[in-house]
Amino acid sequence: MVQATAVPAASADTSEVKARFLAAYRWMLLARVTEEKIAALYRGGKITGGVFLGKGQEALSAASGMALRKGDVFAPLIRDQAGRLAFGESLLDCTRTYMGSRLGPMRGRDGNVHRGRPKEGLMAMISHLGAMLPVVAGTLMARRFRGVTDTVGLVSLGDGATSTGAFHEGLNLAAVEKLPFVLVVANNQYAYSTPTSRQFVCEDLVDKAVGYGVVGHSVDGTDLQACLDVVGRAVDAARSGGGPQLIVASLLRLVGHGEHDDANYVDPKLRKSPLGADCLELAERHLIKEQWSSAEALQEMRDDSLRQIEEAVATTLREPLPDPNNEDWCPLATRNLCEGTSPE
Amino acid sequence: MITYLEAIREAQAKALADDPRVYIYGQDVGQFGGAFKATKGLAKEFPGRVLDAPISEDAIIGSAIGAAIEGMRPIIEMQFADFSTVGFNQIVNQAATLHWRTQIPCPITIRLPSGGTAGAGPFHSQSMEALYAHYPGLIVMTPATVEDAYSMLLEAVAIDDPVIFCEHKYLYYHLKAEKLPTEAVPTGKARIARQGRDATIVTYSAMLHESLACAEEIASEGWEIEVIDLRTVKPLDTDTVLASVARTGRLLVVGEAWPWGGVTAEVIARVATEGFGLLDAPPMRLNAKDTPVPYHPNLWGTHRPTAKTIAVALRRLLAA
Repeated sequence: MVQATAVPAASADTSEVKARFLAAYRWMLLARVTEEKIAALYRGGKITGGVFLGKGQEALSAASGMALRKGDVFAPLIRDQAGRLAFGESLLDCTRTYMGSRLGPMRGRDGNVHRGRPKEGLMAMISHLGAMLPVVAGTLMARRFRGVTDTVGLVSLGDGATSTGAFHEGLNLAAVEKLPFVLVVANNQYAYSTPTSRQFVCEDLVDKAVGYGVVGHSVDGTDLQACLDVVGRAVDAARSGGGPQLIVASLLRLVGHGEHDDANYVDPKLRKSPLGADCLELAERHLIKEQWSSAEALQEMRDDSLRQIEEAVATTLREPLPDPNNEDWCPLATRNLCEGTSPE
Repeated sequence: MITYLEAIREAQAKALADDPRVYIYGQDVGQFGGAFKATKGLAKEFPGRVLDAPISEDAIIGSAIGAAIEGMRPIIEMQFADFSTVGFNQIVNQAATLHWRTQIPCPITIRLPSGGTAGAGPFHSQSMEALYAHYPGLIVMTPATVEDAYSMLLEAVAIDDPVIFCEHKYLYYHLKAEKLPTEAVPTGKARIARQGRDATIVTYSAMLHESLACAEEIASEGWEIEVIDLRTVKPLDTDTVLASVARTGRLLVVGEAWPWGGVTAEVIARVATEGFGLLDAPPMRLNAKDTPVPYHPNLWGTHRPTAKTIAVALRRLLAA
């Protein structure tokens, strides 16, 4: 196993580093502003079902989305608004799914974070944690059968999902099949209310990489530059034939599990520790310190993000809701085999 | 002569030969040819397309779903139907919901070597069809003949939805046919395996043969028993069942699976709700006993319905 840790991208061209950092920051900011809006709609009773936010995880998520390119496969989890945007998901897919628009990708059949466009490489997660690992592994096997070798699949998980059987089976299978597979674990210290001490006892989750025979990487999940470097390097390694890569990012979830949860169980000492830093604020400080941006420019970006999400929400509010009378109630693609429908 | 097992092997060979999107993934299916030799020689015949998988039922099925999203048509062999519970989540929550949620078809075939054989015991004998039929989004096939084992498996691979293919291990070697079929009954249609007028037995899979043996025996007493082979339990061909009950007025449903809920209960529920007036006597059902499947032949032979116990039930039905 290679233990990779964040190192400054010394050789990279500074303007390229700056452009990438700024681009990632924009996705992080748009995700943050979007989620603030979604939370406000939820409090206003405009959203049916749960709301799950990624505050504190935007740097890692944006880095994941940005490391991928068109043709790759991405299986985001519930705190990946930034990564979804960076990968190319539209804001309308987000608002339409949260608000149940019939025009959204899930058409009112599934909600909130359970959205995707599998044909475009964006998997639609099910709730069972770890279940997307083998699915992404399978997409990569299919590409291998077809002779496509330069695409990567990236799966996003939390620390809690590392305890599942699907995690073990999926990562092991990806390793056995030597797939271009990247697993990004956001160790955000809590799985709902359960602290990591009740989840696993290994010293560091990245140590699991040795057991699976895959490459392990650790990264400070609050540090955008480190996330861009480490996730980018892991994706490049997978793409160039280096086999599966396991990234473990340390950070703290800065919101409840969902908006229904006040997260009063989070240890106050953790909140005050470096883990509890807000990656968006740290990125803003970095932009100012490096003179890559200004307070005014940052405010403009925030205003622009707000305009985008307000527009998406306004559009969605005008759209039709699902109609039970026009729903076909047939779960099969082979319509004539649906029970309760007459043969065509 | 070709056996039920050889028909399954031949169907897979044809699917692999006809369609480059087909591949086989499962435990020991490669060079070894599978625990029952259902993939014998296929790895050599189709290099790189018949792959040994780690013992990871969840990941095997999950990977098939991912490959199906990408346009492949995987055939998955569970070594025993019983082990599919380890992959249950991927089957019922991922594969079964994919098309409904995302409009992307999920054309995977999951072969489940099913049902009891003497000496196999609680974990190598189960019949899982009712469990999977319960979930929307799955098609559940239970072929009872060599011809159906062949043509239905080819149909399973061609269908754009996840198919649970319950192939019966007892039939693997016991059932033989002259040749492979060139025509097939459409998927979702039941078949009248024996015509009669005094009572209808509705059954499927290995119990078809116990039921036919019973009908033959009872024919010497002058009774003409109609026997219906459901072929697929989901969708369930209620029309053929109701039409038969309309002719006979008496219904016995026989299944090898456990009694609570299940296919026999579903058939009776449908006939009772949609065809109550057709019945001249209360419908009856016969299932395995409500215990795990026993290991020893003395116990196993009594645990599941047989031609003898079906005849006992049938005589009661005819006397009612």
